[in-house]
Amino acid sequence: MIKPKLTVMAALVAASFSSQAEVELGGSTSFEGRYFLQDAAYPGQPRTQASIAIEPEAYTEWNDGQDSLLFKPFARLDNQDDERTHWDVRELQWLHVADEWETRVGIGKVFWGQTESLHLVDIINQTDMVEQVDGEDKLGQPMVNFTTYGDWGTASAYILPYFRERTFPGVDGRLRPPLPIVSDRAQYESDAEQNHIDFALRYQNSFGDYEVGLSYFNGTTREPELSVAQEEITDPYIFPYYAQIQQFGLDMLKVQGSWLLKFEGIYREGQSEDFLAAVAGFERTAVGVLGTTHDLGFLMEYQYDERENNFFATGQNDLMAGVRWSFNDIDGTEVLAGFVQDLDESATYNAFVEASSRITDNWRWKVDAYLFSSDDETDTFYYMRRDDHLQVTLEYFF
Amino acid sequence: MQYLKRINSWFLLVAVALAMPAFADEKSEKQGLKIAKERKDRDRGWQNSVAEITMILRNASGQEATREMRVDTLEMEEDGDKALTVFDSPRDVSGTAFLSFSHAMEPDEQWIYLPAIKRVKRIASRNKSGPFMSSEFAFEDMTSFEVEKFKYDFLREDTYQGDKVFVIEQIPQDEFSGYSKQIVWIDQKHYRVRKVDFFDKKGDELKTLEFEEYESYEVDGTTFWRPQRSYMYNHQTGKSTELVTENLKFKQDLDESDFDKNSLRRAR
Repeated sequence: MIKPKLTVMAALVAASFSSQAEVELGGSTSFEGRYFLQDAAYPGQPRTQASIAIEPEAYTEWNDGQDSLLFKPFARLDNQDDERTHWDVRELQWLHVADEWETRVGIGKVFWGQTESLHLVDIINQTDMVEQVDGEDKLGQPMVNFTTYGDWGTASAYILPYFRERTFPGVDGRLRPPLPIVSDRAQYESDAEQNHIDFALRYQNSFGDYEVGLSYFNGTTREPELSVAQEEITDPYIFPYYAQIQQFGLDMLKVQGSWLLKFEGIYREGQSEDFLAAVAGFERTAVGVLGTTHDLGFLMEYQYDERENNFFATGQNDLMAGVRWSFNDIDGTEVLAGFVQDLDESATYNAFVEASSRITDNWRWKVDAYLFSSDDETDTFYYMRRDDHLQVTLEYFF
Repeated sequence: MQYLKRINSWFLLVAVALAMPAFADEKSEKQGLKIAKERKDRDRGWQNSVAEITMILRNASGQEATREMRVDTLEMEEDGDKALTVFDSPRDVSGTAFLSFSHAMEPDEQWIYLPAIKRVKRIASRNKSGPFMSSEFAFEDMTSFEVEKFKYDFLREDTYQGDKVFVIEQIPQDEFSGYSKQIVWIDQKHYRVRKVDFFDKKGDELKTLEFEEYESYEVDGTTFWRPQRSYMYNHQTGKSTELVTENLKFKQDLDESDFDKNSLRRAR
């Protein structure tokens, strides 16, 4: 007697689940090839590199859309670099929305800030450094987030119970310093290490032509300091050190006709030196240039950082100039090209071109090129001076 | 005396001839404005709406591409309307959301949400003449009609597809508009826009927009008309865009909190 009852119940549960909670599936997969234009600076590094990546996505909502669940894992398989072969949960998040507040619980992604060439204020998510050299890919961050909003703006509080370490290319990969960075030997200021509970606050609002954001972060720095382990003379390596920091951030944007004026500034305490860093600039877009339907946007940003020697603080006194060219065609063709010049060292610069377009409704191609130059041995780009590369990606959306 | 009389009447004739256009202008401007106000008045009180829209892009050689989107719109009584557009296709832009606040006199405010990087970006709203999602519709064609946006002139009465229409000219008051003028066909019975001719900054004919398959909707006892099909043809490039509205519903319990940056971040 129990058996049929169970079957009926199971059927009912399945029926109610499928009728009320429809699961949307989607995502993308990509095929990528990299070609390095110069011989490697360090032995064992490859000239070419190929990989595939997949990022599926499952989404369901219930309660009239007030509750939703999103699951977005990610995996990459690289034929050269074991460290670049990795997987991550980009998002696994329950979102509950009420009239004047919302909560997000799980693993999520948060972006803060306004500028294009640097994302100083953006601190919640760890950078996935093996993905792209531009640092725009992020690892999923476990969080409990509460956000409330009204006419007075939006206020968010975050409790971040687990720390994600930055990923680094392995010895068999390019875009790395001469010594291997050994993530497993990471050191922490806090005894709790990755289990230190961080927290963050943010207020954000629009005032007519202005967008203003104020933020505060207290916890483990996302940007480690790199040190060489001296005791291992035969097999030296670099280890990341994660200090406890406080960071105050301000980001602003002003719309002024066709101009967007942007600013981000931070003050951070707790690492080997307390410092200020800022980036300010503009973007101006001209629509319908030269009688076409193309848009041409000009970007310029000045980067300032008080730190003298930090592997990740490349913008100490640098100027970025760029062009964003949108074809406005059916294929959605776009090209972004930029140049970042160090104003102290004329030989230190990097340049990039990121172009993409649609082939069909499901396929898209991307061609990215990154060039680095430096003759200053203490500079980050010095390690990558021979890592100029061309990257071709075919992306399929399902 | 006879001579003086003749001069007098001749002078009168000249004076009248000179005064006529000015006199007619003022009158036709008033009449044009009256029609525009009536058009707006007949479209007040619909509160809010949700719709699914298919956009069909065609280039001069007949190549076609379709885009799916959902549009939520909130009527603002003392201001331009608010709209949230979420794209479902093509797949690579799926989840991209676009929020716009139209204003009558000030520049519009616009934000775009890019789901891949979770980033809300403000858009410089002076770029209103740019194409909306690669279509022949410009951003300014997608924003709500507000009387103060134009200066009007009544041109003539006419018939359009068997219906009596007013033909009026409207000149954008915003110097950043991509148009020098628009000629608008409005039917006399319901004050629905049936056709618009757009002229570029040089004064050349640029685009023609036709609204078809009007259907009526009842909201709190008032009738509102919405076209099920909008067809925009670009005379200079031979490209065209068709918007097909599906599942249009009014009074969907939307309020201003559904049209802020938080709503943009959770739109999907």
